[in-house]
Amino acid sequence: MLLLDLNNIHFAYPGLDPVLEGVSMQLNAGERLSIVGPNGAGKSTLLKIIMGLIAPASGTVAAFGKPCSSEADFHEMRRRVGFVFQDADDQLFCPTVAEDVAFGPLNLGKSKQEALAIVDAVLSRLGLMHLRDRVTHKLSGGEKRLVTLATVLAMEPDVLILDEPTNALDPSNYARLTEILKGLDQAILLVSHDPEFRAQVAPKEYHLKDRELVRV
Amino acid sequence: MTYVLTGDEKPLSGIGAFRAKVTTLDPRMRIVMTAVYAVVVVSLSNLWVLSAALGLSMWLLAYSGLPPRKTLKRMAMMDSFIIFMLVLLPFTIPGTPVFSVWGLEASWEGLRRAAEIALTANAVILAVMTLVGSMEPVTMGHALFALKTPERLVHLMMFTIRYIDVLREEYQRLRTSMKLRGFRPGTNWHTYRSYGYLVGMMLVRAIERSERILAAMKCRGFSGRIILLEDFRLGRSDLLFAAALTAALAALIWAEAIYAAS
Repeated sequence: MLLLDLNNIHFAYPGLDPVLEGVSMQLNAGERLSIVGPNGAGKSTLLKIIMGLIAPASGTVAAFGKPCSSEADFHEMRRRVGFVFQDADDQLFCPTVAEDVAFGPLNLGKSKQEALAIVDAVLSRLGLMHLRDRVTHKLSGGEKRLVTLATVLAMEPDVLILDEPTNALDPSNYARLTEILKGLDQAILLVSHDPEFRAQVAPKEYHLKDRELVRV
Repeated sequence: MTYVLTGDEKPLSGIGAFRAKVTTLDPRMRIVMTAVYAVVVVSLSNLWVLSAALGLSMWLLAYSGLPPRKTLKRMAMMDSFIIFMLVLLPFTIPGTPVFSVWGLEASWEGLRRAAEIALTANAVILAVMTLVGSMEPVTMGHALFALKTPERLVHLMMFTIRYIDVLREEYQRLRTSMKLRGFRPGTNWHTYRSYGYLVGMMLVRAIERSERILAAMKCRGFSGRIILLEDFRLGRSDLLFAAALTAALAALIWAEAIYAAS
């Protein structure tokens, strides 16, 4: 099944040279892809276009077989696509870890009891139960990273999109993250500069070069 | 969920970090009763009754289980804001002279007014500190929301609590990097300009961060409403406390009326 389908995407930030010209890519169920490219090549821009946070100049985005163009379409697709941001501080905005993990499920219309059950289930699955009642901004960098992953997994997405998840992780948290990601059954779209991490988590690669995406 | 916010590991430091007895009471009731208390005490004017009100605040402090020394010290800090007004009042309000300093005469009426303001301010601030100040800022946000405070204001407060530290860290990082490159603040244009850049950069970063946060929230299905996890319950002890405080306030009003009539 085709989960994500990007067709001939063009994009330029206002007043600047084009970032993407004719980018197309497909992500199938269970597939694990990574996108590689130099800094400023437009990888994060591409991810934002996929999530509907910015609109492409031309081209189409389709998710789960349905074309996405309006905010309402993307609102639907975001329920099934989990996005882990580069900077964990952007993602963790609730005072406590439990509340942050519950934020997504509550938005999906779950009751408070269900949301709390999901919080406990996800945190214990990732071995983070000890962080449950901690304050988010006082977590260490590695803990923040793992918690952001938990906040996204709590929504039980079909696709997981990760933007530079290994940034500033120490070896033990790095190993832990790799282990967790390898154990998931979701399709994964990964942006990372770390060849070893890509090889372990998402070995199939796309290269974003000269504003175009090429399958390696 | 209350235990998340008021459990052993206190999320936010401050006076709330003490295990106070008053934290077991419903925060909504505490906020409402504090407002009622403040309105009643402010409308009192008899010095004896006001002294009784301060006594009542002291009793609240004793009941709350907050550390008395530390709390009273904080109250005294508030006094330093009004001390000049209190000192000047006797000299600015005309009336029967009591004593004079360098030819300026202090009046009885002014002295009385100063005492009245000091008592009122201290009684109210002490009650606010014991009943509301002992609350986690986050709990207070949730309680205000439960009291039908506009959602936007509550969210504004919650985001402030969450991000003030991030902004502070960002400021510190920028300051450190300035220092490491040999920046020494002085009274010159270079300093002013550099501080201008610093503030400007902080603003730009704050705006960009807020945009990224909104994007991250949207990606998790945010559609304009944050659903809060906390449920409050009004228990028997809450009702008892509210009834006791109301009775005490009624007694104060009654005493004021008696003095006014006599």
